[in-house]
Amino acid sequence: MKNVSYIDRPNRPLFVYAVLFLAFLYIPVLFLPLFSFNDSIYIAFPIENWTLQWYRDMFKNEPMIAALMNSIRVGVVASVLSTFLGIFGAKAVTRYHIPGRNPMIAVIMAPLVIPGIILGVALLILINRVGIPLSLYTITLGHILVCVPFSMATLMTRFEGFDKSMEEASADLGENAWWTFWRVTLPMVFPGVLASMLLCFTISFDEFILAFFLGGTDPTLPLYIWGQLRFPQRLPNVLALGACILLISFFVVFISQWLVHRDHDSIKSAG
Amino acid sequence: MTTKQSFITIDGVSKHFGDVVAVDNVSIDIEAGEFFSLLGPSGCGKTTLLRMLAGFESTTTGEIYIDGKAMSEIPPHQRPTNMVFQNYAIFPHLDVAGNIAYGLRKDKLGKVEQNRRVDEALEMVKLPGYGKRRAHELSGGQQQRIALARALIKRPKVLLLDEPLGALDKKLREEMQLELRALQESVGITFIFVTHDQEEALTLSDRVAVMARGEVLQMASPKQLYNYPINVEVADFIGQMNFFDAQVTDVQDDQALLDVEGLGQLKVSAQGELVQKGASLVVALRPEKLLLSEQGNAGDENTIRGELSTSAYLGSRSHYFVAVDGCEYPLEVAGHDSGFGTDVSLQRGSEVWLSWSRESLVLLPAE
Repeated sequence: MKNVSYIDRPNRPLFVYAVLFLAFLYIPVLFLPLFSFNDSIYIAFPIENWTLQWYRDMFKNEPMIAALMNSIRVGVVASVLSTFLGIFGAKAVTRYHIPGRNPMIAVIMAPLVIPGIILGVALLILINRVGIPLSLYTITLGHILVCVPFSMATLMTRFEGFDKSMEEASADLGENAWWTFWRVTLPMVFPGVLASMLLCFTISFDEFILAFFLGGTDPTLPLYIWGQLRFPQRLPNVLALGACILLISFFVVFISQWLVHRDHDSIKSAG
Repeated sequence: MTTKQSFITIDGVSKHFGDVVAVDNVSIDIEAGEFFSLLGPSGCGKTTLLRMLAGFESTTTGEIYIDGKAMSEIPPHQRPTNMVFQNYAIFPHLDVAGNIAYGLRKDKLGKVEQNRRVDEALEMVKLPGYGKRRAHELSGGQQQRIALARALIKRPKVLLLDEPLGALDKKLREEMQLELRALQESVGITFIFVTHDQEEALTLSDRVAVMARGEVLQMASPKQLYNYPINVEVADFIGQMNFFDAQVTDVQDDQALLDVEGLGQLKVSAQGELVQKGASLVVALRPEKLLLSEQGNAGDENTIRGELSTSAYLGSRSHYFVAVDGCEYPLEVAGHDSGFGTDVSLQRGSEVWLSWSRESLVLLPAE
């Protein structure tokens, strides 16, 4: 116990709490990959035989591949467009003295707290009224709506972290607003732009409710999985697919968080 | 404007931020090639004025002319000014060469010529071979030089410097002051320098404008400013100063008699409109204009008796604080250590004598 500062002293109750908390959070999720290696189509212990069968099947499953491609297309378009909107929104609210700045941020952030089902119904009614046929395009539109707040939040920290005098220096050295944006602002927030795109992609990729309401005949991957759950014998396939999605999602979110925090400090201290 | 113009004319410029008046009807003329300083405590409007020259702030009223051209409609990127920022604003995503060459894009110089210009600029700020480094690998002093090179490579008509030496330690700051002055003389560009450090302003400048509350209190050469401040505020801000309240008791021809708090009856030359019979004014006296000795006579002219209350050892010199009957605060007196043993070691409470010459007295209007 010597040489340990007050704040670093071990705290047994807190440690136990942390372990229980993490177990509660992750053990149910970990059942998914675990049973994806199960030979039987019934989910029950003990697991008698192990297999990679379900993973092999996945690659031969054409409707699933089609759904995956749909999800990727929607995800890419939604992440690029919402990040594009996020850049300008974040620059506007962090750089300029706009009247009503805080209410404006609140309105932009609102989709974060509006229940997805409300948003889904509302958009469905609107889109029907306007007369746009439901398709992957309408799903993309809905996804942009829920992604923009995440993009804004990611990029606002980035914009707030860098010194306004960088842009002034660029103007002072003869560049107008357009060139200043390309030569200084964008390169400096670029890790944030990447992080925002990755985050928006995962959000869109995993999103179910809006896709359910706004989808046409082409399913996204979550819609496809939902459809498969009606057939008990397809469950192991879904588990294998779920395990893959889980792994990739973790990976992408991890990268995006790393991008946000990496060299964030270096930009601050260089300022 | 039809009258003959200076190189830079700041003509009745004000800046309001809501209800706050940051700069209040300031008019300054600056000549080409001058090293001009804006000096004042923080919040006096000096940085706002500089930012208006650069074009980052608009003027609420008034107009700024540079080389005969009105600036109010000209955006920052088209002004013939370049700026060295207080925090240097070195672009972190570019290396040193990229930073310095930043302003050359539109000149379309070609790689060879551009590299030559960058090397030349690095040479000028004494950092040859630093082109490939990144900003975060540089010390504060080096970043400051890069910022200087980046601004000067554009060959501006005016270089604006916003407390560029503020973040450096004392030794480096003094070194950079000398270099900055030498650089200014060699490139011949007009420098406008903002600082709150009066010593720095006096060391560097051809002329200094002392600012407070958005106004220019006095604009003069460093010598003029130090020896002939025009009011108590300027005198107090520039260096150390002892102040005494005084009354004019008699005026005869070119002589006047003052009744000065603590110093008694003093004869001064009755020049200027301050010295009117019965008027009250302030007499100011620099610490180094007071001579301290252990012997003296009560009857001598311009001599008073006091008692040493404290002393401050400053290395190159000592400052003594001497309590004098009739003065609210002890007088500050500069001691000189010439190494000849003339600077006697004095005890607290010792009786000392202070004397001064009539010419060292500065008469200022009463507040």
